Amino acid sequence: MTSTLTPVRSKRSALTKGQLPKYAPYAVLAAALIAGAAILALIGFNPFGWGIVSAILFAIGLVSWSAAVEGSRKAKDKLATCLVVGSFLVALLPLFSVIWTVLANGVPGLINPGFLTTSMNGVTGVYDNKAVEEGAPVLGGIYHAFLGTVQITLLATVISVPVGLLTAIYLVEYGHDGRLARAITFFVDVMTGIPSIVAGLFSAAFFFAVVGPGTKTGAVAAVALSVLMIPVVVRSSEEMLKIVPNELREAAYALGVRKWRTIIKVVIPTAISGIASGVTLAIARVIGETAPILVTAGFATSINSNVFSGWMASLPTFIYTQILNPTSPANPDPSSQRAWGAALVLIILVMVLNLGARLIARIFAPRTGR
Amino acid sequence: MTATSLTSTQGAGRAGDKIFSGAALAAGCLILAVLFGVALFLVVQAIPALTAPAADIQGGKGFFAYIWPIVIGTLIAAVIALVIATPVAIGVALFISHFAPRGLASGLGYVVDLLAAIPSVIYGAWGAAFLAKEISPAYNWLAENMGWLPIFQGPASATGKTILTAGIVLSVMVLPIITSLSREIFLQTPKLHEEAALALGATRWEMIKMSVLPFARPGIISAIMLGLGRALGETMAVALVLSSGALTASLIQSGNQTIAAEIALNFPEASGLKVSTLIAAGLVLFIITLAVNMIARWIITRHKEFSGAN
Repeated sequence: MTSTLTPVRSKRSALTKGQLPKYAPYAVLAAALIAGAAILALIGFNPFGWGIVSAILFAIGLVSWSAAVEGSRKAKDKLATCLVVGSFLVALLPLFSVIWTVLANGVPGLINPGFLTTSMNGVTGVYDNKAVEEGAPVLGGIYHAFLGTVQITLLATVISVPVGLLTAIYLVEYGHDGRLARAITFFVDVMTGIPSIVAGLFSAAFFFAVVGPGTKTGAVAAVALSVLMIPVVVRSSEEMLKIVPNELREAAYALGVRKWRTIIKVVIPTAISGIASGVTLAIARVIGETAPILVTAGFATSINSNVFSGWMASLPTFIYTQILNPTSPANPDPSSQRAWGAALVLIILVMVLNLGARLIARIFAPRTGR
Repeated sequence: MTATSLTSTQGAGRAGDKIFSGAALAAGCLILAVLFGVALFLVVQAIPALTAPAADIQGGKGFFAYIWPIVIGTLIAAVIALVIATPVAIGVALFISHFAPRGLASGLGYVVDLLAAIPSVIYGAWGAAFLAKEISPAYNWLAENMGWLPIFQGPASATGKTILTAGIVLSVMVLPIITSLSREIFLQTPKLHEEAALALGATRWEMIKMSVLPFARPGIISAIMLGLGRALGETMAVALVLSSGALTASLIQSGNQTIAAEIALNFPEASGLKVSTLIAAGLVLFIITLAVNMIARWIITRHKEFSGAN
């Protein structure tokens, strides 16, 4: 190997001596891909294994070549680069795998006629058995669950946004970093770490104690989601209010405007894009929460448009129950088709909210004048 | 006329100021009250289970015999998740902060954040339907070749619905948390430290080892603690993936259970003392995660004072 490299080296200037040629990574990659394919051909080929074996061969090849030519320090640097890039690729695997699984399984459920416009009211195992055995269409849909999710999330937002925004205003405008403000900041941070199921249990325990044992309605679920949502709203609004320039406030005070008018007319409008995108992200976070709704709103198979009475379905709990307790235990396939269809709807909802938050932040961002 | 309107707006303004600052203060106090209320109502509803005779609790041996195995199961799942997620998350954070091309970095960060956006129930469904099936041959291999280790003792579960699978799904869920926090800390490394290292001839890895990692160590530790808090409390991934059972040392057999999944699986049908027992289990989970989170936040606050960062 050294003999073949010698003539190449002698042509180079002294400055680039002892370095790998520029084409080295590509050459090693090509060699690793070919060798990987050859190894996998012996034990049975599959693209996933090919990728992994080739990546390992690439790292070994590049690092050992670098060690031979450039010395151990450069080789360690190459190894670290390989590991860091490799870990990023590994992190992407589950993302694509999840999205692919949901798409592949969810599309048949979603395009099923009536999936978005009917509820599960009256759909029993008998129909599911018929669908599997006689090829009848799969009945039932997610209308009730979709409606429940929208209602519960809306109520949670109505509770959380005023409380969260006012708290953020207190922290930034009135708190002056005093003891109470610091305590609130600390406990808001701690609250972000409350497990979602504990939030659900709190809400359930609260309503059991106040209203009566076994109270399960959409409103109980909304309170549980608010406990999860408030800290997110506080944190994001606080960050946004903090970056409003002090000059704006001082200009308003200089004109004789009261503090509360300044906050409402100057500070909040300046920060509104960030606050709106933070709220949207908070909604995206709680809309997929399953555990708190599971322990607070029960399960329903029919449409319930009153959040204050009766059990209520939601998309996440619909997915959960359809997978864990299929409508027809003998033939779980129609249930799992519905569950994956609902999962696809949920994931689209969350992604739209996430993208929407970014768009809001970009479109309504205040002009800096520069 | 102008004078009266002036005074009247002033009067309204003064009242408005009072009302507004009062409302802001009340909202802040409400948050403290809610957190206090969480603890209070959980304790009140849990008392019947804690004081009930041992024979009435599920399992018949009292509350602590009931909670002990699922606390251990929760810790096992969380530790598996962290062991897998931490190195990958730090690698991803380094990739985004120091390796990726500048123009791509924020876009790639957003892609990793998408992992955090996917609802937990979908991770659970993915773990149960896809991952468990794909990974069960690997468990068979582990049982055959590494079976002498107690944690890989065979026979492996045929469905792949084991605590190790649940831990892997959890690791995917805590990965974005650890990544985004570590990334923030890595980006706060003083530029002069980095440039000084590079100017002395350090390679990129040596620069990271000498200037970035020492600076970021407390931040990484607290990021891991926050990830731990999330892994401890995550419900759906475990409830859907794990086929639960008694506490076992083997990670590749079905068995073990976590607190959150135990609550989710049993609460909807529970009544009477069983509700109290599950709420008491939730209280235990709340205390564990609260302690973990408070330690993490305390480390961050202390670090903030030292570095002047943020």
